[in-house]
Amino acid sequence: MKRKYFATPYLVWLIVLIVAPMILIMYYAFTGQADGAFTLDNIRTALDPVYMKVFLRSLELALVSTVICLLLGYPIAYFLSRMSPRKAAILSMLFIVPMWMNFLLRTYAWMNLLDTNGLINQMLVALGLGRAKLMNTTGAVVVGMVYNYLPFMILPIYNILQKMPKSNIEAAQDLGGTNFQVFTRVVFPLSLPGVISGITMVFIPCITTFAISRLLGGSQFMLYGDLIENQFLSVGQVNGGWNVGAALSCIMMVLVFICMAITNHIDKGEENGGTLL
Amino acid sequence: MSHHIIDLVDLSKDFDGEEALKNINLYIRNGEFLTLLGPSGCGKTTMLRLIAGFESPSSGKVYIDGVDVTNVPAYKRKVNTVFQKYALFPHLNVYDNVAFGLKLKKVDKKVIDRKVREMLEMVDLKGFENRSVDALSGGQQQRVAIARALANEPEVLLLDEPLGALDLKLRKEMQIELKRMQQQLGITFVYVTHDQEEALTMSDTIVVMRKGVIQQIGTPIDIYNEPKNAFVADFIGESNILPGVMVEDYFVEFAGQGFNCVDKGFSPNEAVDVVIRPEDIKLVPPADSPLTGVVKSVVFMGVHYEMQIDAGAYTFLVHSTGKAEEGSHVGLSFFPDDIHIMRKDTGE
Repeated sequence: MKRKYFATPYLVWLIVLIVAPMILIMYYAFTGQADGAFTLDNIRTALDPVYMKVFLRSLELALVSTVICLLLGYPIAYFLSRMSPRKAAILSMLFIVPMWMNFLLRTYAWMNLLDTNGLINQMLVALGLGRAKLMNTTGAVVVGMVYNYLPFMILPIYNILQKMPKSNIEAAQDLGGTNFQVFTRVVFPLSLPGVISGITMVFIPCITTFAISRLLGGSQFMLYGDLIENQFLSVGQVNGGWNVGAALSCIMMVLVFICMAITNHIDKGEENGGTLL
Repeated sequence: MSHHIIDLVDLSKDFDGEEALKNINLYIRNGEFLTLLGPSGCGKTTMLRLIAGFESPSSGKVYIDGVDVTNVPAYKRKVNTVFQKYALFPHLNVYDNVAFGLKLKKVDKKVIDRKVREMLEMVDLKGFENRSVDALSGGQQQRVAIARALANEPEVLLLDEPLGALDLKLRKEMQIELKRMQQQLGITFVYVTHDQEEALTMSDTIVVMRKGVIQQIGTPIDIYNEPKNAFVADFIGESNILPGVMVEDYFVEFAGQGFNCVDKGFSPNEAVDVVIRPEDIKLVPPADSPLTGVVKSVVFMGVHYEMQIDAGAYTFLVHSTGKAEEGSHVGLSFFPDDIHIMRKDTGE
């Protein structure tokens, strides 16, 4: 048996679970519900300003969440990378263990915390500050996204910082760099690939999420992911929901692809010695 | 060769109770090429890092140019380092690597440009300004690292086994070139290596170290010809080291024979180490020498033959341009001043 046949199960897996669904999405996006003939109607519907507005809101929330994840995640990753490997391993477990729990469970936990009678409000009342509306707000959705995806920002950055040769940092100090200069001129630029992969791993699930916005944002809080789910499950196949839903998915894929291309381009620019900072 | 550029006073360093340097006292003269030589783990790199400011001593003081810099961070010291694996910045091109230190100091752009070009010319990398450092060969990266350190115009250049990763031919070329640069710039070089040949060819002064303690300080000729103990003799070039007894002044016994020598000042019948360099032993007909042996192996080394001669009590290593046949019986002869007598090594 030739070596290349070992890859066969992987190929089958790839075709059945990734390529085939993609083809189906394309098929539904570009055909009419009634006759199955080629049409651009679904795409036209999906580009309707009402839908685009939902996309923009999703984009905004995903960007805000990604930025917060980066602002929180980078310092955490930096301090982890400075610790002794043993301490860092124990502390990074604190970030990893919650990921072993089901995603919905973690989000339900936040529902309890943020509820009108939840733990946070009870504390606010006890402190005499009165109740605050925490659930079903933009803030709640952002908190949910940041909480769920923060580890995906920390880990790639931690990884790259930890592998960075100490001599690079010493060389920068040796050449007269203060701690701040060493960070801005050497450590941060060299950690950019980790930052980019962290951004990718947080931004994409954020922009496609539907469960978090549903659970923490309330039913009126519609994001793009909810929109697609809605088309498939509520509008349904007979009313052409599958076709519009598939078209929405296609548009999202294209837009996410463009976002990622821009991020990668910035990364490349840095590598070629450009100074974005 | 005038005043001291660096003074290390009672310097000790331990890592988690492990003593890397024990009570070092050393001065380095301005403008000299000083080599710290020793096997791995002897503390030579630790000493360099203490001078650079990457480590702080457990006790003792570091002076640069007469000023106590023990608690001064690395970035404020007037020394620069060439790292073992070069530690070039992979996100910057050759030009920006060399300009790094000057840019941090906010030097005028024109001055930076002139200085960088001057440095690249000195290390023979003119025209490589815009290359990515990853696209360079090991030897070229090495030159960039040297140019980067020298661009800052340090008073002292610290080099941590800089030629370790290069092949033999390139290493020899770089040895000559480093020596040339040092003489041209007139600044102090402190060079760390475990390669005794490198130390002998380049240095004004060699400091031989072992287990965190300085064994001997001297010129290459002193160190080679007058090693202070068996460790130095063994580390600097190949040696025959035999146990012996100093019967009286100018007379020593080893390998079952008595010999006249030029050493004195030992107590009667003191046990000593006797060192004889392989190239100082001449092969003579067996009848002409009290010390004889059988040739066990002969290896051609290019300029000379390396032979093992079994004299019963000890197997001598002999380097000679003349060849003896394997299995033949030969006499071993040497002059009294080729016999080096050393006090027994106490392990310190």
